Amino acid sequence: MTTTTIAHPEYNYKVVKQFALTTVLWGIIGMAVGVLIAAQLIWPALNFDTPWLTFSRLRPLHTNAVIFAFGTSALFATSYYVVQRTCKVRLISDKIAAFTFWGWQAIIISAVITLPLGISTAKEYAELEWPIDILITIVWVAYAYVFIGTIAIRKTSHIYVANWFYAGFIITVAVLHLVNSAAIPVTLFKSYSIYSGAVDAMIQWWYGHNAVGFLLTAGFLGMMYYFVPKQAERPVYSYRLSVVHFWALVSLYIWAGPHHLHYTALPDWTQSLGMVMSVILFIPSWGGMINGIMTLSGAWHKLRTDPVLRFLIVSLSFYGMSTFEGPMMAIKSVNALSHYTDWTVGHVHSGALGWVAMVSIGALYHLIPRLYGKTQMADLKLVNTHFWLHTVGVVFYIVSMWISGVMQGLMWRAVNSDGTLTYSFVQSLEASYPFYFVRFLGGVFVVAGMLVMGYNVYKTVRGDKQVAAGQTQAA
Amino acid sequence: MIMTEFWHWWIVILTVFSIVACFWIITVNLKNYTHVGEGESMGHEFDGIEELNNPLPKWWTYMFYFILAWSVFYLAAYPGLGNYQGFLGWKSSNQGITTLAESKELSEKAKAEGLLVQLDQEYKAADQTFGPLFNAMADMPILDLAYSEGLCFESKDDSYVQTACLEQDKQPEGVLVVEPYKVGQRLYLQNCALCHGSDARGSTGFPNLTDSDWLYGGTPEKIKETLMHGRVAQGMAAWGPMLGEDGVKEVAQYVLKLAGRKVNDKMAEAGKARFAVCAACHGADGKGGVANGLETGAPNLTDNIWLYGGSTKAVEESIRNGRAGVMPAWKDVLGEDKVHVISAYIYNISHPNK
Repeated sequence: MTTTTIAHPEYNYKVVKQFALTTVLWGIIGMAVGVLIAAQLIWPALNFDTPWLTFSRLRPLHTNAVIFAFGTSALFATSYYVVQRTCKVRLISDKIAAFTFWGWQAIIISAVITLPLGISTAKEYAELEWPIDILITIVWVAYAYVFIGTIAIRKTSHIYVANWFYAGFIITVAVLHLVNSAAIPVTLFKSYSIYSGAVDAMIQWWYGHNAVGFLLTAGFLGMMYYFVPKQAERPVYSYRLSVVHFWALVSLYIWAGPHHLHYTALPDWTQSLGMVMSVILFIPSWGGMINGIMTLSGAWHKLRTDPVLRFLIVSLSFYGMSTFEGPMMAIKSVNALSHYTDWTVGHVHSGALGWVAMVSIGALYHLIPRLYGKTQMADLKLVNTHFWLHTVGVVFYIVSMWISGVMQGLMWRAVNSDGTLTYSFVQSLEASYPFYFVRFLGGVFVVAGMLVMGYNVYKTVRGDKQVAAGQTQAA
Repeated sequence: MIMTEFWHWWIVILTVFSIVACFWIITVNLKNYTHVGEGESMGHEFDGIEELNNPLPKWWTYMFYFILAWSVFYLAAYPGLGNYQGFLGWKSSNQGITTLAESKELSEKAKAEGLLVQLDQEYKAADQTFGPLFNAMADMPILDLAYSEGLCFESKDDSYVQTACLEQDKQPEGVLVVEPYKVGQRLYLQNCALCHGSDARGSTGFPNLTDSDWLYGGTPEKIKETLMHGRVAQGMAAWGPMLGEDGVKEVAQYVLKLAGRKVNDKMAEAGKARFAVCAACHGADGKGGVANGLETGAPNLTDNIWLYGGSTKAVEESIRNGRAGVMPAWKDVLGEDKVHVISAYIYNISHPNK
């Protein structure tokens, strides 16, 4: 591996540090809320008869916290870091970058306040009411300016593939947010979508699935394209593969939304198109997985000793698995069984905990020591502990939801010899309890891992201060 | 649902473009168009990261071509390309309808034209398989069904004929044993439990079906009539404006007294004087529509069973702002045969002692 000798401009690491540390904090909080609501599904009394602690209000809080507070902060941190280092130039504006940090935190805090109060648009993953939506728009435009502006003033001839993915994600999320959140305000805290009926549902899932496709996939592929080769110290496997899978991925994902609305009032043609594009999408998705995993060829032995690389590579395996599962579930006849069951919940978490969280955690374990002038995390053994806690937690989660999901699907369609349905809904719920408990356990493992990470990050960051203080004294 | 030419072509062109573009981009990238040899570094370097010019994995490329070919076939066979309906003529359902009548008309038309509307096909298959059995049960009186411990039906031609039930292992092949109570219960759980609860004991605004208190009568015929055609309560009017706030409170006290509760006797006495307006529906004795032979659906006020809550506050609320309950009609949703079987179940749970 060549080490660059060109003198680096002074990069803006302050905003990267801020976002990196808040990622860890929001990760712990968002996932802990997830564990609480998983527990409420087993022990409903855990809402303490308090409206703002009920499942219906905490569930959107959980999803918003993990997607937009944890996941998106990770994207902010890594994209600001990667764009500077691969373009060899400081961020185009420190002030606007700082604005994106404080603006984004303000949005998260407003979500933490409004969602438990029951202030919600009731659009999944877009629950925040219109004043917050406007703030999101402003911050996002600022983000696009900082990121794309920095690419524009780059000192390299080409734009590195990681930046294609980051830029694709930023632009598309802006479009998705603007279109789906279009609403007519009635009061300060209440608005109504400008769409109605099946059109509203279609716009919502066009947005919803691309929140997955662009925010949770394209953005994190950008992260993968920097941190995997960096941590493995290997060149990216195939430039041409990255060209094919980037263009195929961004052009196909945008079509996939209708598979959330199979067998509904959505027109047949829309359902078919959504299914066809979702199935094709399987191939470019695997292109990304292949390119990431094959980057390790010639350095497989590093997996034995490097727990950070283990996070990154296992995240790619989960990515491959959930992008096989997703297209399969988008097929109408499979969807007829899987839809509305826990299988969907398991699928989302194999993507969110297996792919998104693991690649982010791996990237942070690479990033945080470097930001604070260290070569590695304070305690690599704890990184390994986190890896196993997380992996076991994810496996518990996914497997329990597979079983309960398929079981629910089969129970709902079981028919007696007289043509009546064999089970009532409540019976299928009763049968799901043991799996809800296993899922809850999985969540406890994941949160325990995040707490270990928090401690390790604290040690790494604090250790740096002590060294700095020592140096001052010596000087 | 037919869209305009513009949107039709908009969809067709974008779809075909996307699929062709995918085909084009893999095909182009199969060849090494770069300036470096296969497997060599592209020569760029980004923060120490290089990119190799490895070829696309063969198996992956074949899979890509295969799935693209499948997508072309699928879009030719099924609706997808705008207004094009696909060569199989398949449809999920009669989409875009707004009324049951329209739905029926379209279903008939689709059958006549031999179109494959999946929902209609599935209904047809279910009717053919299970219809005769429910038909046979519907021929029996509700009272017989309600307390039957098991019925045996023999399949003859396209219908079921009741036969004597033998011991389990002596039952000849093809004889179907059904327990009407349980069939009714399952239908109830799937269709009625949403409002009346899994245990049929109702909740605020939704009557308890297990007691002997009826708004429209608890005979087999009345139960079936309620299920078939639904009930729209003539409406407890909002008496607040007419009675005034004091009047509402006085009448509430009287109503509670009728139910045998401890009340403010002075207020109840004043309320009694005002009760005449209530008697039109609830009867002069307050025993409700059924007891007084009135088809009003007005509840019995003397039994301390409360559809909308029996606290002083809830009763005052009912008087002040009125109440209007609606039981939907099930004739067109489930059909008379199934309603008949459910009626037997309801009769059974409300009359546990034959």
